Parts: sequence; structure tokens; C-alpha cells
Amino acid sequence: MMTLVLGLLSISGLCAVLALLLEAAYAVFADYGPCRITINEGAKEFTVKGGGRLLGTLMDQGVFIPSACGGRGSCGLCKVTVLQGGGPILPTETPYMNDEELRRGTRLSCQVRLRGDVQLQIPEAFFLIKEFRTQVVGLKPLTPSIKEVHLKLIEPQEIVFKPGQFIQFQVPEYEGSSEPVYRAYSIASPASLKTEIKLVITRVERGIATTYIHDFLKEGDEVLINGPYGDFYLRHSNRPMVMIGTGSGLAPLLSILFQMADEHIDRPCTLYFGVRSRQDLFYQEEIHQLMGMLPRLRYVPVLSQPLAEDHWDGETGYVTDAVARGVSDGSQLEAYLCGNPLMINAAVKLLTERGVSEDRIFFDKFG
Amino acid sequence: MENPLSAPLIFFASIFTNNILLANFLGMCSFLAISREIPSAVGLGLAVTFVMTCTTALNYLVYHYLLVPFQLVHFRFIAFIVVIAAFVQLVEMVIDRYSPRLYVVLGVFLPLITVNCAILGVCLFMVIRQYNFVQSVAYGFGGGLGWLLAIVALAGIREKLKKAPIPKALEGPGISLIVAGLMALSFMAFSGMISMG
Ligand SMILES: Cc1cc2nc3c(=O)[nH]c(=O)nc-3n(C[C@H](O)[C@H](O)[C@H](O)COP(=O)(O)OP(=O)(O)OC[C@H]3O[C@@H](n4cnc5c(N)ncnc54)[C@H](O)[C@@H]3O)c2cc1C
Ligand code: FES
Repeated sequence: MMTLVLGLLSISGLCAVLALLLEAAYAVFADYGPCRITINEGAKEFTVKGGGRLLGTLMDQGVFIPSACGGRGSCGLCKVTVLQGGGPILPTETPYMNDEELRRGTRLSCQVRLRGDVQLQIPEAFFLIKEFRTQVVGLKPLTPSIKEVHLKLIEPQEIVFKPGQFIQFQVPEYEGSSEPVYRAYSIASPASLKTEIKLVITRVERGIATTYIHDFLKEGDEVLINGPYGDFYLRHSNRPMVMIGTGSGLAPLLSILFQMADEHIDRPCTLYFGVRSRQDLFYQEEIHQLMGMLPRLRYVPVLSQPLAEDHWDGETGYVTDAVARGVSDGSQLEAYLCGNPLMINAAVKLLTERGVSEDRIFFDKFG
Repeated sequence: MENPLSAPLIFFASIFTNNILLANFLGMCSFLAISREIPSAVGLGLAVTFVMTCTTALNYLVYHYLLVPFQLVHFRFIAFIVVIAAFVQLVEMVIDRYSPRLYVVLGVFLPLITVNCAILGVCLFMVIRQYNFVQSVAYGFGGGLGWLLAIVALAGIREKLKKAPIPKALEGPGISLIVAGLMALSFMAFSGMISMG
């Protein structure tokens, strides 16, 4: 008995001593002191505590860099040019850079650890990106796995965005995640509605953000978002358009269509919407309302696995199959795609084969 | 009774004749995983050497001044592993601070040093063979350098193998294991020279 107690005490003592030593070492080694960040030759400057990642540190200072993966180094969106400091480029960054970017010192800000003073160059447009305090004023299931999240802006009270752009939604610490995380969601509502936004969010099995949003978020909750981000938006031309969306990928397309209705942009446009069965088709009323306002809008819902009770006589198969049947000559077309990466890759391949030039295909991959 | 071998002899023996990796086959997982390129192999080898040297010294003190007096020697596995784990964390902090590139390359493998059985093996051999403090440190340092030598040699060979026509079925881990086996065979030639007990 005595041996056991002594043994436990000694081992615990040993662990305690080691833990203290580690704490002391951490205080020494992880202390990078104050670091100075200079942006665009002094347009913005601040001194911050070193040691953190550049993306998060900038965000704390109110400078928001686009990011869709929440800093995991997998979206490649958070690029900034580091003119000075920042250390060597890491193997996690190089896959996202072309030769020109490598030469200029482009870096993924979520991978750069702030270990000293840095000088950065970022596009002026990034300064327009803000953080918004919002309140959930509506949560509506659209299909068994998709929910509409309706947010009213509290501070600042208005958001200016281009239809098609997305925001970053901050999921706070909760039982599924020990730290706040950010995820990208496209804005589904019209840009003319400046004081509120709607998001359309698909549940992902065991997903950190979507589990929170589907199971924990309640009406009345406050939510922090930042944005707007992205270069997926309507290009002004007179070309006929084809839009292809799957699942929640309909969101930004709808926002673009609202803009066309608001601005009386009367272009021929075919909207292909691919889902599994009839119960997954959402926003049908909105689409029909838009068809009333946009006389040259054609809507093609495509079901990949219609159920017997659906009594479906419309298009079936993958959405790209329907596009293949519907588009024969793409040389004049402009294409807007949004949804899962597999669909996008297949659609880009198909459209280029049908003569749509690559610089006229715009997409947002929800990957 | 103390071990009669002198510290320098133990040092050289643990590098060449009794290489912990190629004679005892300890620490194989990281040996195979991080030996694709010489620079990362050198980095991991140096980190293992550093951890091995320091942890043998620390564990010697823990064993002889904590576990033996309190008759707790049967706790040595836990005690040794805790010391090794703490030390690896320290090394991780140092590498993160001074060589971010190496930190990313070693990535998930750094914490793996904690469970690198070569390190625990060296600490346990030091006890079984009844080395004194100087002998233990010499053994730890030599053991680490031996491991470094083996992994860098394998990395060198694997870099050459990238251009070699290898049968499809043997590419990757297969050919690495065969090479490691051949290396062990050649090191066996040394094995009769010194008996470390
Ligand atoms: C520009 C952009 C706009 C986006 N807009 C929307 C939008 O409007 N609506 C929307 O619902 N989503 C949208 N997304 C996707 C969204 O940002 C998240 O990636 C998604 O909601 C999953 O987050 P999570 O935290 O729940 O899952 P995570 O915790 O990130 O992932 C959990 C697991 O699920 C896997 N996984 C992640 N996403 C998917 C997926 N889509 N399908 C299958 N497996 C997956 C992961 O690999 C991981 O293994 C957008 C993404 C981008 C880049
Ligand atoms: S935030 Fe996605 S790569 Fe940096």
C-alpha cells in the first residue's frame, strides 16, 4: 500500500516538475515579443504580439483576408504579398502559388507565423471587408438537410456586396469544437436588401460548422460574420447565360438573379438546378417569382434519384447530363457554376468541350 | 556491479557495432517514414540524437535518485516515458522557434519521437547494462548518432532509388524495407567486435 502511494506521489511530482519546466520553456520560446505589421507602405500600421498566424492576427486588427477553409491551408484564398519578413515559404504553401507569385513573395497568410516585423501588400479592396455583428431572426428548414439562416445586421447596420459573394460565418466554441472556426457561406438574398442577409446551409455529416448551425443555433442568437469576399459575381455583358447549381449552390445564383431582376438586366439565362429528389428542390416559389420578372429566364430542375412518389417527368440524371442535352453550341455563352467540386469539374470540362471559353466560366467550389 | 566497458568504447560501439536501429531494430516507424529525403532525415536524426542524449541523462538521474531510493524501479516505464514526452515537447518548441521549415517537414512526426521505441530502448538498456552516468550519456549520444547515421544512409539510398527501375510491386515501403534489411545485414559484419551485454 505504502509503495503504491509513494509511487503515485513520485510520479505525480515528476509530472508536475516537468509541466512547470515546459511552461517556463513555453514562456521563453514562444515569446516573439511585439511585432510591427506595415500594410501597403504605411496605409495601415500596427504593433501586435508575435507568435500567432498572420491571418488571425490581421483579423484581430480588423483587416480581413479572404479565407474559405478557416485557416487550414486548404483553400489557397488567403494570399497576401509579404515584402519583408515572414520567413521562408513553407511546403504547405507552394502548391497554391505559380512562379510569378513565388517570385513576388506571395504567401498564404494562414500559414505564416508572425515572428518579427513584416511588410505586406494587400489589395485595397480587402480594407472594405468588415466584421458584422448580426442576430438570427429566422431559421427555416428548406429541405431535410438544408436550412435557411436569416441574419439581421446589428453593427455595422448595412452590408454592401456584389451578388454571388460569400461571407465567413464564425462558429463559436461549442461542444463540437474547442475553438472558434470560420466557414464560408454564399449570400442567397438580394444585394438591394442591405440590412439583412440569408444563407442556405447544407448539413455535412460530423461537420463542425454545419452541426452547430443545424443543431445548436437558435433564433435570437448573435452571430459574428465577416465579408464580403470572392470574385464570383455577375459580369456585365450581353451574352446569354447558363447557370448550374447543385444543393445549396443555388444560393449565390439566386442572389445574382435577384440583382438581374432589380437592375432589369434582360439576358437569356438558363438555370439548371440539380438535386436528388423532389423534396430537395427548394426556393421554387422564389424562382417562379423571378421568372415572372425575367422573361428570358428558363428553369430546368434536374433530379438524380427521383422517388416513385415524386411522379417526376422532368429532367433526370446528373445536372451535367441535362446541360449536355441542353447546350450544343457554347461559343457565345457565359457560365456561372456553384456547388460541390465534382460537379464543377465535370461542368467546366463539358462546357469547354461545347465551346465556352474558360475565361467566361465563373464558379465557386464549395469544397 | 558496474559495466566494465569504457565510455568512449560504448560511444563508438553504439554508433557502429551495436547500432540501435540496425542491430536492435528499434525506432523503425519514423526510420521508414521520414527517410525520403536527406535534409528531413538529418533534421529528424539530429532531433532524435538530442532527445536521446538528454533523456538518457535525465532518466539516469530519475532512476538512480528517485526510483531506486524509494524502491519504485517497477515504475521506470512510466517515469521514462513521461520524461521523454516532456522533452520532445521542448524540442518541438525549439524547432518551431528556430527552424519553421524543418518544423513543417517533420510535422506530425515530431511528436512521434515520443513513441520512438529507440529512445525508450536506450534508457532501458542503460539500466539493464548497469552503466554509470558517463557511460549512459555516452550510450545515449552514440545511440542517437547511430540512428542518425542509419536514417541518413537510408535517405541517401532512397534518393538514388527514385531514378532506379524498381518493379511496380516493390515501390515505396517495400523496397525501403528490403534496403533496410540489407543495411542491417552489412552492419552485422561489425557485430562480433564488441559485446555490449
Ligand atoms: C466560397 C465558398 C462558399 C460556400 N458557400 C456555401 C453555402 O452557401 N452553403 C453551404 O452549405 N456551404 C457552403 N460552402 C461550404 C462551407 O464553407 C463548409 O465547407 C461546409 O459547410 C462544411 O463545414 P463544416 O464545418 O460543417 O464541416 P467540416 O468540419 O469542415 O468538415 C467535416 C468533414 O466533412 C467533410 N466535408 C466538408 N464539406 C463537405 C461537403 N460539402 N460534402 C461532403 N463532405 C464534406 C470534410 O472533409 C470533413 O471530413 C462554401 C464554401 C466555399 C469555399
Ligand atoms: S485560409 Fe484557406 S488556405 Fe489559408
